[in-house]
Amino acid sequence: MSGKDVFYQGNEACAEGALYAGCRFFAGYPITPSTEVAEFLARRLPTVGGAFIQMEDEIAAMAAIIGASLVGKKSLTSTSGPGFSLKMENLGFACLTEVPCVIVNVMRGGPSTGLPTGPSQSDVMQARWGTHGDHPAIALAPDSVQEIFTETVRAFNISERLRTPVILLTDEIIGHMRERITIPPEGELEIWERPRPTVPPDQYKPYDISEGIIPPMADFGSGYRYHVTGLNHDETGFPTNNPSLVQPEEERLMAKVTENLDLIQKYEYFEKPKARIGIVSFGSSARSSRAAIRMAEEEGIKVDFLRLITLWPFPTDAAVQMADKVDMIIVPEMNLGQMIEEVQRSIAGKAETVGVNRVDGDPITPTQILDRIREVA
Amino acid sequence: MAKSVRKDETVVTEYGDRKINVITRYCKGCDICVAFCPVDVLEMKDFKVHVARIEDCTECMLCEVRCPDFAIEVVGSGKKGKAK
Amino acid sequence: MAFNYAEYIRPGKLPHIWCPGCAHGTVMKSIIRAIDRVGLEKDRTVIVSGIGCASRMPGYVDFNTLHTTHGRSLPFSTGVKLADPGLNVIAVAGDGDALAIGGNHFIHTCRRNIDITLIVFNNNIYGMTGGQFSPTTPHGKLASTTPYGNPDYAFDVVELAMGAGASYVSRSTAYHAIPLERQIADGINHKGFSVIDALCTCPTTYGRRNKLGSAVDMIGWFKDNTVGIKAAGKLPPEKVEGKILTGVFRKEEKPEYCDEYAKIIEKTGGRS
Repeated sequence: MSGKDVFYQGNEACAEGALYAGCRFFAGYPITPSTEVAEFLARRLPTVGGAFIQMEDEIAAMAAIIGASLVGKKSLTSTSGPGFSLKMENLGFACLTEVPCVIVNVMRGGPSTGLPTGPSQSDVMQARWGTHGDHPAIALAPDSVQEIFTETVRAFNISERLRTPVILLTDEIIGHMRERITIPPEGELEIWERPRPTVPPDQYKPYDISEGIIPPMADFGSGYRYHVTGLNHDETGFPTNNPSLVQPEEERLMAKVTENLDLIQKYEYFEKPKARIGIVSFGSSARSSRAAIRMAEEEGIKVDFLRLITLWPFPTDAAVQMADKVDMIIVPEMNLGQMIEEVQRSIAGKAETVGVNRVDGDPITPTQILDRIREVA
Repeated sequence: MAKSVRKDETVVTEYGDRKINVITRYCKGCDICVAFCPVDVLEMKDFKVHVARIEDCTECMLCEVRCPDFAIEVVGSGKKGKAK
Repeated sequence: MAFNYAEYIRPGKLPHIWCPGCAHGTVMKSIIRAIDRVGLEKDRTVIVSGIGCASRMPGYVDFNTLHTTHGRSLPFSTGVKLADPGLNVIAVAGDGDALAIGGNHFIHTCRRNIDITLIVFNNNIYGMTGGQFSPTTPHGKLASTTPYGNPDYAFDVVELAMGAGASYVSRSTAYHAIPLERQIADGINHKGFSVIDALCTCPTTYGRRNKLGSAVDMIGWFKDNTVGIKAAGKLPPEKVEGKILTGVFRKEEKPEYCDEYAKIIEKTGGRS
């Protein structure tokens, strides 16, 4: 069976991808430029027996999706910068309590109210370190409408399997851009579910890791009565401040990500023979980068291209692979230099780096990147 | 005759078929049960509630209901009023 | 006969963390008896809290329990309830949790009329952090952050809930633990959002600073300074003046949120 072709906006593709992944609960709050995700799901969720709710604020929306996920429903919220800041409190709660959920941040200019209708990629570091305390972070950054669909599905899959929140970082350009996409037939994309307990309720411990570092998660109301708290807790779920229990639990939360890099990390590396320049980019800036690389080639300059789809955990190995080959890495991003620092950290001086940065509400153009390529060639 | 016996963490005071249990480990000595007992059955002793006059107990249950600490249980005769 | 609290308390969790004379335990017992009275199934009951002294309550009781972030018990509860409307959802919160940091959620949950029962453990202070004034600390009273007297004015939980559209609103006190139990049971049975203002005491951080006497004095104060709303109508005005009114202030049949959403699902031909 072939898929269904539709002409979708990125935000609509995200909502459609969520439904495909089995999302049955959405809570949100209106915010430009992400609102179409909510509007789409307000229409569609009841038709599949799911629930949509517009909450009183961004904090409440994040809280509600965690509540729904504890009942066993795959849950989504969507937002943009100012709202993303407000999500941080309960994002940390979901990290510590290990409740799967997906947060879409259609990035816009900031700080503060910033540029509501202008694109940006300036929440890269907030996606990594926005909530307080050490915590795992997973962020995916698609660069096309089709990829928003598939990465939304993947965001749910990873979140379910690893019991941790996953952030989908899109931006105003790809969120509002329309492209023809194919919605794959049911069953074509693999859908993962969270691990659920196989032991009887009286033997269930919500954070029991005897079978692996992802503890099975019971649905509230299914007969497994247990306690969930945002305090550090032991395997029974009850609070503890015993140092010998807290340290390994905190480390395990991180290990869920670091021991599953194969599952999470996704990128494309386009290699040109003998290229001495490379570009690392993501999201809509990757589209401009691709065009700039073609233009450079016409001028006889070969440029390698690493397009990151997973931003966190950062694909360090891929950056090192590029740095081992080229002399100069250009990092175009719609911020004043966030991802470039992670590239520098990863490659530890193996190559020079230079950014192409723009925060004026207009996209980085291929010519801007081409100019930089010419400068360093 | 009323008699009190300590069983583990509980002091059991019995009079006829009426029984008042004080779980001493839970009792924080707040005095609420003592103060609001309408017939003055309870006293404080060494910062814990002590069942001093079980024979006067009417099993109104107010000590148990108001105790914030789950420390006192009135296991009654089932008959309200003074036990014979 | 003694009430068998052990049936509802998780083994090994007592004694609880609350200070000597803190009435939170009394309110918790009223909640347990109310749940027993209504006959809620433990597996199908979720108790949700935020942060603070009162919010430690769910940890002690044997249900599906969720101890969330400060002020957020109601939006978490809303997610739980809407995701599975068959669950019984009870939220517990202190006055600061429910009305200050959680104030926005409070009024909007009232407005939404979703079938959740909220019990506000109202002791006029932030106890967990050591006695800072809360939205229900009366004007002029002392707290660690109002060392010269509270310049703020207090919220009246009942009036706030009614103004915001809650369909069941009542008030009782830790002294009146049996009427409180009845109100909570009534609130659980009520289809819609129920707010029960449970007046209780913090002898440690509020009573002592304001010279309100012992835990006993503070509990006894409720006896002398409250009047039931039914009785209040019959008493001469001087007997009612300055007293706190208790009882059921509103019990109104009104379409409930999950029921309304179920109609939307039906209208759109939705199926799960």
